[in-house]
This record gives sequence, structure tokens and C-alpha cells, in this order.
Amino acid sequence: MADRSLTYVRTEMAEALPPPKSTTGISAWMRENLFSSPANSLLTIVGLALIIWLAIPIWNFLVADAVFSDPEGLRGEACRFEGVGACWIFIQARFSFFIYGFYPPEEIWRINLMFLIGVILMIPLLAPRAPFTRTAAVLFFLVFPFVAFFLMAGGILSLESVPTNRWGGLTLTLIISLIGIIVSMPVGILLALGRQSRLPVIKGFCIAFIELWRAVPLITVLFMASVMFPLFTPQGMQPDVLLRAIIGICLFESAYMAEVVRGGLQAIPRGQSEASFALGLSKPKTVALITLPQALKHVIPGIVNTFIALFKDTSLVSIIGIFELLNTVRAASSDIAWQFPTDAVTGYIFAGFVFWLFCFGMSRYSIYMENRLHTGHRR
Amino acid sequence: MADVSEKRSGKTARSSIDPSLFYNPTARGIAYQALLLIGVALLFWWLQSNAAANMAAQGRNTGFGFLNSTAGFNISFTLFPFDRNSTYGEVYLAGILNTLLVAAVGIVLATIVGFILGVARLSPNFLIRKLAMVYVEVARNVPLLLQLLCWYFVLLNAMPPVAQSYGGVEVGEAGLVVLNQRGLYMPRLMTDGRFIALLISIVVAVVIAVWFRRRQVKAMMAEGTRKPVLLPMLGIILIIPIVAYFVFQVPVAFNLPVRQGFNYAGGFVVPPEFTALVAGLVFYTAAFIGEIVRAGIQAVNYGQVEAAAALGLKDGDRLRLVIIPQAMRIIVPPLTSQYLNLTKNSSLGAAIAFPELVNVFMGTAINQSGRAVEIVALTMAVYLTFSLVTSLFMNWYNSRVALVER
Repeated sequence: MADRSLTYVRTEMAEALPPPKSTTGISAWMRENLFSSPANSLLTIVGLALIIWLAIPIWNFLVADAVFSDPEGLRGEACRFEGVGACWIFIQARFSFFIYGFYPPEEIWRINLMFLIGVILMIPLLAPRAPFTRTAAVLFFLVFPFVAFFLMAGGILSLESVPTNRWGGLTLTLIISLIGIIVSMPVGILLALGRQSRLPVIKGFCIAFIELWRAVPLITVLFMASVMFPLFTPQGMQPDVLLRAIIGICLFESAYMAEVVRGGLQAIPRGQSEASFALGLSKPKTVALITLPQALKHVIPGIVNTFIALFKDTSLVSIIGIFELLNTVRAASSDIAWQFPTDAVTGYIFAGFVFWLFCFGMSRYSIYMENRLHTGHRR
Repeated sequence: MADVSEKRSGKTARSSIDPSLFYNPTARGIAYQALLLIGVALLFWWLQSNAAANMAAQGRNTGFGFLNSTAGFNISFTLFPFDRNSTYGEVYLAGILNTLLVAAVGIVLATIVGFILGVARLSPNFLIRKLAMVYVEVARNVPLLLQLLCWYFVLLNAMPPVAQSYGGVEVGEAGLVVLNQRGLYMPRLMTDGRFIALLISIVVAVVIAVWFRRRQVKAMMAEGTRKPVLLPMLGIILIIPIVAYFVFQVPVAFNLPVRQGFNYAGGFVVPPEFTALVAGLVFYTAAFIGEIVRAGIQAVNYGQVEAAAALGLKDGDRLRLVIIPQAMRIIVPPLTSQYLNLTKNSSLGAAIAFPELVNVFMGTAINQSGRAVEIVALTMAVYLTFSLVTSLFMNWYNSRVALVER
């Protein structure tokens, strides 16, 4: 029975046919994503028109009409003609000013050394599975700030002293944001824990502090720091202008950080701390070993968002006359030697691009970390 | 036996440092709080004594009496008549009103743009989706201050000079809407006290319309049949003010901008600073609102849509009665905080010389009067009030829409 061959039935599988043309390739993709309905086609056309309308002037400004080289050393003169686009030689010529501000040129190696140490310490902190994470964290958060300060300010070990009014550019933007994050993290955690406290005075104090700073715009805090701090310090002691701004920013950011951390603490189920008490851990140990690590992991996106906001907010110190990146760009474009029709716009595009690069990089890194720390008990 | 004696000696050793008080949580709590109170009190006392000494040394006065004295400077854009003889109190009021105006216009526009963006981010159309994404990533990752400076620069430089204004007219003639470097000129409504009656009639009409809708919805619930809602509502809102207009004989005339040589006079002028500030705030905040809207819509379970369809709800009703109310519960809290952010960010108008609260009061008025502490406190009080009002609204809203959990 079994060996009887049924000649009218195939003995082997037929070769699979290729999928119909209409479902593969670029045309099918376009039909599905761009022209699936009349309304959708209309949207596509509007979108294309928008892209063309925006892209051509942008391309012209950035590339076609832009000035890329200055062989004759004309400086601003080279870009002073009708219909000029971006003047990249301006950025090229003032690049070190944008990065280092008014820092004495012969001392710039100190800034570079500081950046180098910072980057070396950050690699183990940011890269997954890198060795020495704990050592690097201690060095970065506790030792590096002091090393960086003495490198920048000088005055010891035969380093020439550089006053803070000569600090500037991207360096200063990074310094302010790093100090902001290093100070606001622990203060924010303390405030968040205080806000959850059962002791009414501590809780009230923390709520008042957080809500006061969160309610007012940063610019009023900076104005306050610049006009009121001299009034509230002992006579004859004039706090440094940069220090005033940094204190203002730290107060402001700690309040935001506290709210982010509180969000994380509230997301931890009560069972976690109850279990910890049942195991005999004391209250501080429960917080430090059980609830806080989980809470912080929960709010990594929130912390990074706060940091991105802080990084963008550092541009506001330019309003009280500190030369961070945006202000150096503005100062450079009002330089007489670099007067040309697009000086301000070229500078703004450069500054905007630098800010964008840092913020976008941080947000992508946060998404990556979020996925990596996603250890399976996400709700 | 040795074991027991060791335990005992341990106990006596511990009792020597008074366990009853040192390990008593209540006593510890009181001690911590007392320490904090003393610390804060000392800090304030130190700050206050420094301030008193500094002010005595500089011979400065304190107190809020300066609000009634003449400010002696002018403000380029105010919502009420203002000149050099106005008082600091009026400066304060002008600043608050300008801030509120920017916030109100900005919030309305940012909400519209933001909702369009949020929907565009979820569009089935690849191109629209990606365009919205590029917009969001650019607008969110560049400092607002930089964006404002760009907008201001572009508005000052891309706008034509007076002679080539958009919608411009010959010398001596009156234009309708005129746009040039000096600003946007619009007709200004000229009317008198009877206009108030018209405004009141509009409010009355809206109240009646809302009451009518409630009644109709209740009837629909009770009887289970559809009743007209939208058209009668529109009718009520239109007819009552029109009747009021004719009954009270409300005078309505417009003051048009007239070209006088090198400038336009009359009409309502929106300065370029205002336009730049609103444009920058809207462009920036809309990106955040777009993300909030996208997240809110995505958070509504698709099963809800299917269930609504299974119950036989029409397309529009499905959106209006099932998806939007649930998405709104997620959207509204962050949306309100974006509104508050927009209001706070309007203080950046100081950087482009728009006369809002921080610029005129914390900037010019501090320099003129020297009353730093009072002015900083008054300015912060305004923003604190905004924030408190917002959080009161949020609490009310949250309690209204909170999920009823079983």
C-alpha cells in the first residue's frame, strides 16, 4: 500500500514563488507609508513641499552661499557682500575663543588637561561593563572637582592665577553644568527624602524650599543672586560673580532634582521597605540599600532630562554678564573686525549646533541606559 | 552560664548611655527638627543682620513706600496709559499684565501647534511623522534663549522697512493690517462703556449655552435618544450678543493705522519684541506639548477603542467619549506644568527687551530705585501666585478625573 506511487500527487514540495511585486520593494513601501489614501497622498505632497521650501534656503545659507576659506586674510571683509550665507571662517578664526573664552592662551593646556582627566574618568562611568567604575565614580565626584578647580583657577604649585572673569566659552558652560549636577544630585536626594519624612518640621521645610524654587523662573533667581547676595554677605566680602550665579543655579536645580527623585521613591512599592525592615535593616540602611537604588534606577530618564534642562539653562547666565558659550558667540559677532551681514546668525547657528549636539547626545545616551538597566521588573 | 553573664554585662553597658532617650524615635525626631529649626533661624538671623549692616552702610531705605513714588522712565509697550510720571506700582502692574498677555497668547498658540505635532508624530504618513520628529528634536535640544535671540534677529532683519511695509499704503492714507520692522499694526477698537454690556451678554450667552448642553445630555441619558446639542448651542451664543448689540446701541468704530511720512501712527501696534517672544515660546513649548500629547494618546489601551466599537459608538463619539477623555487624564497634568513653564519662560523677554515683569521691574526698577529686596520679593510673589493657582487647579482636576479604583 505504502509504496504504491500516486502519480497525480507531487512527490516533492513546489518551489516557493516570489512575493507579488506590489508587496515588496520601494514602490510597495511608498504605497503603504506615503500614498495609502487620498488624504495621505495630500499630506505627503504637503510634506514634500515643506521640505523643499525649507531645505533649499537652508542649503543655500549653510553651503552654497557660505564662505569656507579666507586665503587673503580679509577676516570680516571676506563675508561682506550681498547675499552672503554663513561665514564659516568666522567660526574657524574665533573657535578657541568660543571654547576657552578669555582664558590666557599660554595657559590653555590647563583646560585641555582638565578635559582630558574628566573624559578619562567618565569613560568607566558611562561605558557598560567597564572596569574600575567605583574608583572612577569616587574620583570623578569627589576628587575631580577640586583638581579641576585648581587647574582652572591656578594660584598654587607655580600655576599662574586666573581670575574667574577670564573663564568663558564652552568650558564655562560645561563647568557650570557639571557643578550644577554634582551639587544638585545629593541635595536633591536629601530634599526628596526630607519631603517624605514623617517629621512635620523637616517635611514642611523641604516642601517650602522645593516649591519656592520651582515656582520662580531661573532668570529671577539669577537676578536675585546677582543683586541680593552682596547684600546678604558680611560687609566687605563681595562674592565672585560666577560663584553667585552657580549658587543660584544649584539652589534652583536641587529643587527640580528633588521632585524627580521623589517620583522614583513614590514608585517603589511599600513592600520593599517592609521586607527590608522585616530583615532587620535599620531605616537609613533601608533607604540607602533598598529603596534609593531602585528609585534612582526608575528615574534615570528624569535625571537626564533635568540635566539637559540644566545644560540649556546655563545659557541664561549670559543675561547677568557671564561669558558662557552663547555670550562669547554674541561678543565675537559684535567685534569690529568681524562685521558682516550674517555675523549674528552664523554665531547663533554654531552655538545652537553645539548645544544641540550635547543635549541630543545625552538624551540618546539616556534611552540606551534605560534599556540596559531594564532588568525585567518594569510595570 | 558565662554566656548569660556576658549578655547581662552587655545590657548594663548599653543602659549606661540611656537607651530610653537616645533610641527613642520620638525624642530623636524632636531633636532633629529642633536642630533644623535652630539652623534655619540662625541662617536667617545672620543674613538679616548682614543685610541691615550693609544697607545702613549704604544709607538705603527699606519698605514698600516706593511703590507710590514716580518711576521716571517710560515703558515701550503697556496695556494701559503709561508715561514717565507713572509710579513704581504702575510699573509693577504693567509688567504683570504684559507677562500675562504673552502667557495667554503663547498658551493658546502652543496648545494648537502642540496638538497638531502630537498627532503628526503618530501619523501613518512616514514623511509627516519624520518631519514632526525632526522638529521636536531640534526645538527641545536648543536653549530657549538662543531661539528667542534668533527669532528676534530674524524678525528685525527679515521684515521690510516702513516704506515697503506689507499691506502698506501711501502717505496720509490709512492701512488695515500693516507689517514692517517697527511692528504689526492693526485696527484698534474704539468704543465706550456700553461695550461692557456687550461683553456681559456674551458671558451670559455662554453660561446659558452650557446650561442647555447639560440639560440636553441629562435628557439623552434618561431617554436614550439623541437630541440636538451643538447647533442650538451655537445659536444661543450668537443670538444673545447680537440682540444686546442692537438693544444697547453699542458704538463700534476702528482706529486705523495711518502712514505719516516715515512711520505709521494710530491703530494697535504689536512690537517685534512681542512677536519674537511669542514665536519663540510657542516654537519651543509646542515641541514639549507635542510629546505629551503623543504619549497620552499612545497610553490609551487599544482594547478601549475596540470595546467602544463593539458597543456601537460612531467614529466621532468613539474619539470624543472614549479616547480623548482617557488621553486627557494623562495629558492634562504635564500640559498644565508646560503652561506654567511657558509663563515662567516669558521672563526671558528681558533678553530681547520686551517689557515684561522681570525686565521692567527686576531690571529697570531695581536700578532706578535700589530697593533690591522688596522688588525681588514682589516679583517672586507674582510667579509663586501663578504656581499656586496652577497647582490648585491641578489638584481639583486630578480629584475630578482620578480613576475610581475598586
